[in-house]
Amino acid sequence: MEETTATAELAPAPAPEHEAEHDAHTHPSPAQYVGIAIILATITALEVGIYYINMPDKLLVAMLLGLAFIKFSMVAAYFMHLKFDGRLLRRLFITGICLAAVVYFVALITLDILFG
Amino acid sequence: MQTALPAPGTHAPAPGDHDYAATGIDARKVGMWAFLGSECLFFGALISSYLLYRTRAPQGVKVPHDVYDIPYTSVSSFVLLMSSLTMVLALAAIQRGDHRRLRIWLLATALLGTVFIGGQVYEFTAFTHEGLNLSTSVAASSFFVLTGFHGMHVTVGILWLLSLVGMSLRGQIPSEKSLNVEIAGLYWHFVDVVWIVIFTVVYLVPSNH
Repeated sequence: MEETTATAELAPAPAPEHEAEHDAHTHPSPAQYVGIAIILATITALEVGIYYINMPDKLLVAMLLGLAFIKFSMVAAYFMHLKFDGRLLRRLFITGICLAAVVYFVALITLDILFG
Repeated sequence: MQTALPAPGTHAPAPGDHDYAATGIDARKVGMWAFLGSECLFFGALISSYLLYRTRAPQGVKVPHDVYDIPYTSVSSFVLLMSSLTMVLALAAIQRGDHRRLRIWLLATALLGTVFIGGQVYEFTAFTHEGLNLSTSVAASSFFVLTGFHGMHVTVGILWLLSLVGMSLRGQIPSEKSLNVEIAGLYWHFVDVVWIVIFTVVYLVPSNH
């Protein structure tokens, strides 16, 4: 199954003309880009708003990280076109993010235990 | 009209066509994504260092959290976020073959980036007046190195955008070469997503000092 997926990714695009049409049709329109930017600006305002609300630190951190994740994903998916581009590109980027997250999470935990 | 143009970043390899890998995706685009993946590790190291050291300062010495101006930084973040919108509108313009709008949106993106950098310079100056500089403490060093490297990336992005405007004025970016703009856009959006993380983790997440 894995091998089939890998082969499919490495194979030349079967019908580039069709992909071109598909690509052009599936990318958001300028109006949709503006809509996405408004959502991103609203989330930013929400982040700053909850920063000033008195609440337990753990809840605040969870909410802030959740909102940042949504913003990050929306920019990557729509502005960077990861949602519409090939799986290979998605995997390259996600691999980098996951690798960084795992390596530095382990490093932070270890250093915190050793020197915390 | 649209279908006569090559698909941006997607193409079947042809004999002698060295820009396209066996994946059917332009090698420059794959290369940029691989570079961005490696940049995740680079910024991950800097963010982790900040998280580890953010409270480490001698007794009575300020840490970055003591001098943050959240409303001010929020406006800077908003400016950078909006620059991602103008960048993607520039790409949409060149894909439509609208060169005038391409230049307008690229200049708008560069301008917003410059406003962000100006804001960062002002912030650094204000922090210095508050007694916080690169050598004040480990906490201050990790903050300035992280945000300074991000600012350097934004500056490189601005220069890249301005060079694209110059190329467009000389007619060197026809619609078929919209990938040049797309790759610059990927870099610019990446700088934006890194700031999304920095703004939350460095500025908003509370520090127990």
